Amino acid sequence: MSDTTTHAGAHDEHHDTPKGIMRWLTTTNHKDIGTLYLLFALLMFFVGGSMALVIRLELFQPGLQYVNPEFFNQMTTMHALIMIFGAVMPAFVGLANWMIPLQIGAPDMALPRMNNFSFWILPFAFTLLLSTLFMASGAPAGGWTLYPPLVQQTGDSLPFVILAIHLMGISSIMGAINVIVTIMNMRAPGMTLLKMPLFAWTWLITAYLLIAVMPVLAGAVTMLLTDQFFGTTFFHAAGGGDPVMFQHIFWFFGHPEVYIMILPAFGIVSEIIPTFARKPLFGYDAMVYATASIAFLSFIVWAHHMFTVGMPLAGQLFFMFATMLIAVPTGVKVFNWTATMWRGAMTFETPMLFAIAFLFLFTIGGFSGLMLAIVPADYQYHDSYFVVAHFHYVLVPGAVFAIMAGVYYWLPKWTGHMYDETLGKIHFWLSVIGVNVTFFPQHFLGLAGMPRRIPDYATQFTNFNMMSSVGAFIFGLSQLMFVYIIFKAIRGGAKATAQVWDAPQGLEWTVPSPAPHHTFDEAPQVK
Amino acid sequence: MRKQIRSRRGIAATLAGLAASFLPALARANDWQLNMPIGVTDISADVYRVHMMILWVCVVIAIVVFGAMLYAIVQHRKSRGVEPAKFSHSTRVEIIWTVIPVLILIGMALPATETLVKMEDTSGSDMTIKVTGYQWLWEYDYLDEDVRFFSRLHHESDRARQLGSGIDPFTVENYLLEVDNRMVVPVDAKIRLLLTAGDVIHAWWIPDFAIKKDAIPGFINEVWFQPNEIGVYRGQCAELCGRDHAFMPIVVDVRSPEDYQSWLNEQRGDVADRPVAAAER
Repeated sequence: MSDTTTHAGAHDEHHDTPKGIMRWLTTTNHKDIGTLYLLFALLMFFVGGSMALVIRLELFQPGLQYVNPEFFNQMTTMHALIMIFGAVMPAFVGLANWMIPLQIGAPDMALPRMNNFSFWILPFAFTLLLSTLFMASGAPAGGWTLYPPLVQQTGDSLPFVILAIHLMGISSIMGAINVIVTIMNMRAPGMTLLKMPLFAWTWLITAYLLIAVMPVLAGAVTMLLTDQFFGTTFFHAAGGGDPVMFQHIFWFFGHPEVYIMILPAFGIVSEIIPTFARKPLFGYDAMVYATASIAFLSFIVWAHHMFTVGMPLAGQLFFMFATMLIAVPTGVKVFNWTATMWRGAMTFETPMLFAIAFLFLFTIGGFSGLMLAIVPADYQYHDSYFVVAHFHYVLVPGAVFAIMAGVYYWLPKWTGHMYDETLGKIHFWLSVIGVNVTFFPQHFLGLAGMPRRIPDYATQFTNFNMMSSVGAFIFGLSQLMFVYIIFKAIRGGAKATAQVWDAPQGLEWTVPSPAPHHTFDEAPQVK
Repeated sequence: MRKQIRSRRGIAATLAGLAASFLPALARANDWQLNMPIGVTDISADVYRVHMMILWVCVVIAIVVFGAMLYAIVQHRKSRGVEPAKFSHSTRVEIIWTVIPVLILIGMALPATETLVKMEDTSGSDMTIKVTGYQWLWEYDYLDEDVRFFSRLHHESDRARQLGSGIDPFTVENYLLEVDNRMVVPVDAKIRLLLTAGDVIHAWWIPDFAIKKDAIPGFINEVWFQPNEIGVYRGQCAELCGRDHAFMPIVVDVRSPEDYQSWLNEQRGDVADRPVAAAER
């Protein structure tokens, strides 16, 4: 890896730490582990992304041209699993590893060996998961939601998938424990909880969500495993079980999982907008309480993913009202970000561009989310391309754009070099155009009646599918620029100052750029 | 060297082939449906109204919020030489933008609840059809009428949809949205469906009736619709159910009561077409 040379070049180290590959295998340094997580997430982003391109290639026009339906279903399933568990979540854990100790003035994460372990589980988990592509039965093809009874038709790859999910869950839980213990015990003197940067706050709440729901997913997939191989009938109607119970358990995990993928994004955006508006974040306390409310509500809305399974009227109404309530704290956040920009003195470097795009496009995803909460209308939207458009709006220009904003924002701190601003802006504009051309037409497709997860469609859906596929290739290919920009900044470029930006807030800007291998050996004083 | 040329020619031929296959598709695809259909039942019209109401509420909020953002982006930029303000909170404003959304939400919840209550009222139906989903076809069982049949993807669509079939989907009428045996129902009748499945979970969806409900093995779900217009209405399975999930359409043929009755008589007479019923006799 070219990082090795950079870090070796930053000769501020006189430890007898191992060199080369052993350094990365045995590291307990939060910065090294953060880098590993981020590079792993980047790799998985491309693996999952190429699967998305297979999907969009096949959907370019009606008829089956390139792949058979079975393989298509494997692609949709694997794309989701890899993007969620391999790209978005590890990217956030990587950012947490790098930035939380720097932001709260701690010398490292509280549990450095567990930190190493929680990362190095991931390559094994994803090797297991990806190996199913080469099995005779093929990769799982029942959708990432793994609904029985369909998932029971998976064949030999099912236990591999379940073991992989267990490993990812263990890794996530260990990462979450580490974040909580670090934040609770290692804040610098004077850094009270309500003085913490919002990224640390949102991650603290996210970590609690992870600990609460990853075991639930583990339980659900273990029941699938015993149903398949040990004769239990948790989800077999024929044996007295209930296939819908799986959906309840899955979404009790699945809905908080949605917020696990967006709360840290809220945190990143809350760091970036004040920096480039040159104005303090509006309503800091309200932001913290809104995050906590969203986290709480996420536990009581799960059944809005399954309004069509046939629930009693009272149940549907409860989940509709609870879901609509989430719009209130989410609205507070959007208004606060807008108020932060209001009467600021804004400049538009790449991190700010991505943060502003997040603000606009995540809000669009929020609107379609509100529409989906309305049960009678949801009967039309459910499992159509409208849903695909909705969750991609909150995940791609939502979570992924926030991650990219965070990478551009902190890259100078990590590498000591400014990234190429011109290339960064080109990357931004290609991404923002690509994402909208890909996903906006999918709203229309869903409303016109196109179901999701189909490899072939009726001819009246052709136009918007063609548009969507073109957008997907623009977006996908422009991400190669992102890699180029990152590696260019690692190798060299204009020297970054300690502050990097005009007047950013936070302890991370008090240490030199690149951040030395060990920071805050002596705790800073926070006023 | 020669091999290289040949492979290059191969690539060129593939590209030309690709282009040739896209162009006619582009030329003939002129369907730009943007919105949900209003449909042909009172309920589907209600659902459409609820949908449009939320959509417009979202559009108005978007204009206000995005307008404020854009104004700030244009006006409050450093290049215009502005000095950043120092304010960081305002309890009054924060209360206002918490309370107003709550009121808007209550306004949206009321009509939604009203429509949902109507949709859930399956009482007083004129007839009942049991619908069973299988991988990858539907079975319609007209309870008390001794009519029961399977409904599969029409053979022309089925031929065209095979990988590399060479058949242009645009030449097939109602590609992927036609079946061999349609579900036939009388107009203006309140028709109750009992949905279940024989293997995995499917979902029965006709956008024009605003009905989507899961068909779950071991469970029976109820829905109803009352079509106001004679016509043919098409939909698809909406829950991923395996390899041929995309290839089990639903077609409902709404006829006049007389035409429905004669269809029913025809079905009863045609024993050969109903192997299951024949075997039972």
